[in-house]
Formats: sequence, C-alpha cells, structure tokens
Amino acid sequence: MGDVLIFAEHQGGHFPKSTLTAVHAGLELAKKRGGKAVAVVAGDAPEAAAGEIAKYGVAKVIALAHPALKNYLADAHAQALAALAKKEGAEFVMATATAMGKDLFPRLAARLGAGMASEITAINDDQTFVRPTYAGNVMATVEIDGPIKVLTVRGTAFDAAKPGDGAAPVEKQNAEIDAGALKMEFVSFNATKSDRPQLTEARIIVSGGRGLKAGENFKAVLEPLVDELGAAMGASRAAVDAGFVPNDLQVGQTGKVVAPELYIAVGISGAIQHLAGMKDSKVICAINKDEEAPIFAVADYGLVADLFKAVPEITEEIKKLKHS
Amino acid sequence: MKILVPIKRVPDPATTIRVLPDGTGIATDNVKWVINPFCEIAIEEALRIKEKQTGEVILVTVGQSTWQEQLRTGLAMGADRAILVKTDAALDSLAIAKILAKIAGDEKPDLIILGKQAIDDDANQVGQMVAEMLGWPQATFASKIEIAADKISVMREVDGGLETIAFKIPAVITADLRLNEPRYASLPGIMKARKKELKEIAADSLGVDLAPKLKVKTLAAPPKRQGGRKVASAQEMVSLLHTEAKVI
Ligand SMILES: Cc1cc2nc3c(=O)[nH]c(=O)nc-3n(C[C@@H](O)[C@H](O)[C@H](O)COP(=O)(O)OP(=O)(O)OC[C@H]3O[C@@H](n4cnc5c(N)ncnc54)[C@H](O)[C@@H]3O)c2cc1C
Ligand SMILES: Cc1cc2nc3c(=O)[nH]c(=O)nc-3n(C[C@H](O)[C@H](O)[C@H](O)COP(=O)(O)OP(=O)(O)OC[C@H]3O[C@@H](n4cnc5c(N)ncnc54)[C@H](O)[C@@H]3O)c2cc1C
Repeated sequence: MGDVLIFAEHQGGHFPKSTLTAVHAGLELAKKRGGKAVAVVAGDAPEAAAGEIAKYGVAKVIALAHPALKNYLADAHAQALAALAKKEGAEFVMATATAMGKDLFPRLAARLGAGMASEITAINDDQTFVRPTYAGNVMATVEIDGPIKVLTVRGTAFDAAKPGDGAAPVEKQNAEIDAGALKMEFVSFNATKSDRPQLTEARIIVSGGRGLKAGENFKAVLEPLVDELGAAMGASRAAVDAGFVPNDLQVGQTGKVVAPELYIAVGISGAIQHLAGMKDSKVICAINKDEEAPIFAVADYGLVADLFKAVPEITEEIKKLKHS
Repeated sequence: MKILVPIKRVPDPATTIRVLPDGTGIATDNVKWVINPFCEIAIEEALRIKEKQTGEVILVTVGQSTWQEQLRTGLAMGADRAILVKTDAALDSLAIAKILAKIAGDEKPDLIILGKQAIDDDANQVGQMVAEMLGWPQATFASKIEIAADKISVMREVDGGLETIAFKIPAVITADLRLNEPRYASLPGIMKARKKELKEIAADSLGVDLAPKLKVKTLAAPPKRQGGRKVASAQEMVSLLHTEAKVI
C-alpha cells in the first residue's frame, strides 16, 4: 500500500521540468502514504533515459520497453501502464498534466477501473487532494476510493525534483501489449519552431494579446523584449485565434498553465480564462492602455500606457540595465 | 456517418462563480446555463461532417431534467435527435463515461465527438474514458479532422506543436478551441427543434455501476492575489523589477 508509480514523460530522453514536478509530487505522496516512489520511462529503447531519472530520489526506475511505445499513442501506452501498475501493486499512478498526461491518464484510469483526479495542486495529509475547477475560481477537495487511484498533477503547483548523489536501480521490463488491439497510427509531428524556452520551463514569460493587433507586431514590438529577457513567449486566446502566433502559445484555462518568476502581460485584458493560466506567477506586470482592465487587479506592477510606445521603452531600459 | 455527441450543461463562461459559504456547491441564483463551449464545437463538427456526407447527429447528456434546454439548443443548431440520461446523483467522470459507453453500445455510432473539457469541473477525462471502455481509438484536442473513405486523420494541439494521428472508425474525438466556429441556432432551426425526438432514459435503468470513485468533499474559494499597484513609466517598472522584485 502507498506505492506510487510515476509516469516520467521524456522528450527524446530529456526530462523537462514538468516531469520533474510529477517526480517531486510522487515522492511527497509516497512519503505521506508510507509507500515507495517508482518512476517508469516508456519507449522502444528507454534504458538511457531511465538511467537519467534514477538520480532524482525515486526508489526504483522501470524502463518499460516495447516497439509499440516508440511514438506516443494513447492506446498502447494505456495498455502497458495499466498492466505494469497492477503487476507492481501500485496504489497511485501519476503524471504531470501535460498534453500527453491529459490524453493518456483518463484512458489509463478507465482501463484500471480507477477514479481519477485531474491536475491536483496539493496533497493533503488526510487522504484528500486539492484540484482547481471553474477556471481556478473554485478549489475542490477530493477523495479517491478504490485500490488504485489515478492522478495528474499541475506542474506549476509543485517544485521540480532535484538530482541527488546516488542513483536508483533501473529494471528493464518488456511491456505487456496486445498488439492486435492497437488501432491508432502516428502520422506526423509538426513542431513549432522556436529557439526560445518552452512556456512551462521558462523563468520569464512575455505574453501578448489582441492589443498587439497583428502578427507582425508580435515580431516587431514584443519579440525584442522577449529576447532581451531570454524569456518564453505566450499569448491570449484572442491573439492565437486571430492567427498572430501558434496555438501552443496559448496561456489559460484551456491552454497552458504557467507560473514563472515574472509574467509580463502586454495588451491582454485579463479575462478569467486567461488569469486561470497565469495568476500563480510570482511577479506579474501588465501593460494596457485601459486603466480599468481586469489584468491590473492581479498585477504587482501595472503600467497604463500605449503598448507600442511602452514596450520599446521597457526593452531599452532593460538593455541599459544590463550594460550598466 | 452516425455521430454521437455527448454534451454538458455549464454556467456561461462569463459568469462570476461564487462558492456557497458551506462549501457544498456554487451559488446558482444568477447563473445563466449554456452548452459547454467545447461541446458546441463538437456539435458543429458533427453537423459539418453530416452535411458533407449523410448521416445522423445524436446528442446525449447525463444530467437533470433542466438539461433538456441545452439539448433543445443543440437540436436547434441542427442535430437530429437527443437523449437525456436522467439522474440527480453526483456522478464522477468514470460513471458518466460508463453511461455514454452503454448508450454507444445501443446506438452504434461511427464517431463520438465530445468537448475536450467541461469548463466547470475542468476534468478533461470523459472522452478518453469512453474510448478505452469501447476499445476505440481516440484523438483528443482535435484542431482539424479529415475523413477519407473509412480512414480519419486528426490534427491535435499538443505541447510544442501539432500532431497528426490516423485510425479507422469507430472512434472517439474530443474538440479543441480551433476546430471550428459553432453556428448559432436559427429561428427556423428553433421551430423545428421543438418537434424533434428527445428521449428520456433513467440512468439507474442502464445497469451500470454509478457509485463515484472520485468524491468531492468540499469546495472553497482560492486565496486572492493582491495586485493593483500602478507605476508611472517604463523606467519605473524596470527599476522596480530590478531593485524591489529582483526578478531581472
Ligand atoms: C451536484 C454535483 C455533484 C458532483 N459531485 C461529484 C463527485 O462527487 N465526484 C466527481 O468526480 N464529480 C462530481 N461532480 C462533477 C462531475 O459530475 C463532473 O461533471 C464529471 O466528473 C465530468 O467531469 P467534467 O464535467 O469536468 O468533464 P470533462 O471530462 O472535462 O468533459 C469532457 C466532455 O465530456 C462530455 N461530458 C462531460 N460530462 C457530461 C455529461 N454529464 N453528459 C454528457 N456528456 C458529458 C462533454 O462532451 C464534455 O465536453 C459533481 C457535479 C455536480 C453538479
Ligand atoms: C471556453 C473558453 C475558453 C477560453 N480559454 C482561454 C484561454 O485558455 N486563454 C485565454 O487567454 N483566453 C481564453 N478564453 C478567452 C477569454 O475569455 C478572452 O476572450 C481572451 O483572453 C481575451 O484576449 P485578450 O485579452 O488578448 O483580448 P481583449 O479582451 O480584447 O483585450 C485586449 C486588451 O488590449 C488592450 N489594448 C488594445 N490596444 C492597446 C494598446 N495600443 N496599448 C495597450 N493596450 C492595448 C485593451 O485595452 C484590452 O484590454 C476562453 C474563452 C472561452 C469561452
């Protein structure tokens, strides 16, 4: 009882910060429930990546191998993880609520006949968890019944696990997959090209909204500030819908949830759906010409100004600061 | 193509949500109820597929009698008929998925299109659960669906870009924001909807175990963020970020 199986999502053998937050949460949960934390790395040849995650404080790492696990597909991964969870006798199976975690874990829960809590933000001492609902306006305390419990964690709510001195043993297992039941085919992945940090990894995020008025202005006005700060770029839904920037830059209830050290919102009004994705940032700045814009209510530093004038000025000031 | 579209009734996204003082629910006195925006997108997509080929679009919701309103709205958009699976119980996603899988077993649709997430409970679970229960392929977060012969390819919004996967029907798809822009119900549509079939089934007559595995104990408002301070200039903002907040 109390054992936690952590699905360690990797990107070609590299573990993003979002995965390390699930490891951290898994270690916390195992400690609170008196079990051990085991990480699982899935792939066609997951051994090297498994060796990497073994340094992060878990009791054991399982390198779960199968040719069908080469590209991520929900059906094969759900089969493999469900079989493993049962075999290992895990009480909890968890992952980060990334696009992959959100896609896979409900399917896994159904396969296990288990209850699932999505995007938990806290692990309580009394068997309950906390999860945000209604765009973060209502925090629900929930309890899962049954021998196996499935969870995804909100990456921004937990610290990232840190590597220690030693490394846990890595155990290779061949995944149990009924290949005849697999019905999904991977066709292609069209990566958003960017040299900037990913939204969920970045220390600083600069986001633009409809106030930018055009995609070119993201380039001409926002990007110099983004790059001067070494920041990631984000956007409101309105900016994405208008085609100013790619879809995966959307921050909010139905986009990415972020909590960087500094979030700068430019020409974004601050609708609840946007706030849901960034209001846990450590410091929030807002630049908006409308002093009544709701974004100012959550901003530590608000500047009422025309962004086309203010953003270049801010960029210039930061340059000066760096060279002083 | 026969398409089943499960929809959920939720508070209008523009509503300010308040938790009841005893933590048992949300205040519903001033709430306007609507179809979950992602479910509207799902209905629209089903209608477009039907309009391109032929077929039938069937709406289903698991909820109380009042949820008929949203089924009627969906019928007015153009869906052919609707099913209300009636329950007053607090069901979890797993139970809802079991009900939907049972309905799918009876109706035998080629496709089930759902919303990717309900904007109230924000669980993002039901579609994936139904897919597993039926042993069907799934494409969540769909932003483009292409149907050729019996093969479907779906472009999905995932971290870092767009992924395309393919499979044969029957299958489950969940709609993301940019799949389409839903139509409004027209006046003739609203008139016609009144005469369309809306069947009621009692949830506990379906013979599925509905006891929730996930139980909501209490609800609470989140801690409020203290903001609101204004600065006078770009210079002041940068200087405070450097000397006071120490983040740059
Ligand atoms: C009074 C009350 C008590 C509740 N108590 C609990 C509880 O104890 N435990 C618990 O886990 N949850 C409880 N809930 C919430 C629960 O019913 C959720 O609605 C359910 O878990 C589904 O999650 P979701 O709505 O976020 O769906 P998501 O998985 O986010 O929805 C995705 C899609 O699934 C479809 N869908 C979702 N719900 C329905 C539906 N009802 N009918 C048809 N299609 C649907 C829609 O297409 C939707 O777009 C309660 C709700 C109410 C109103
Ligand atoms: C189901 C659903 C899900 C949603 N999910 C999300 C989500 O995940 N993320 C999200 O962001 N939104 C989401 N939304 C949309 C959300 O409700 C808002 O519509 C959206 O966030 C608005 O984007 P915006 O602030 O860029 O645009 P607007 O609200 O139009 O604001 C533009 C702002 O720019 C300012 N401005 C204009 N010109 C200038 C200038 N020259 N200088 C300075 N300021 C200027 C204006 O004063 C205004 O405040 C969702 C909505 C729904 C219904």
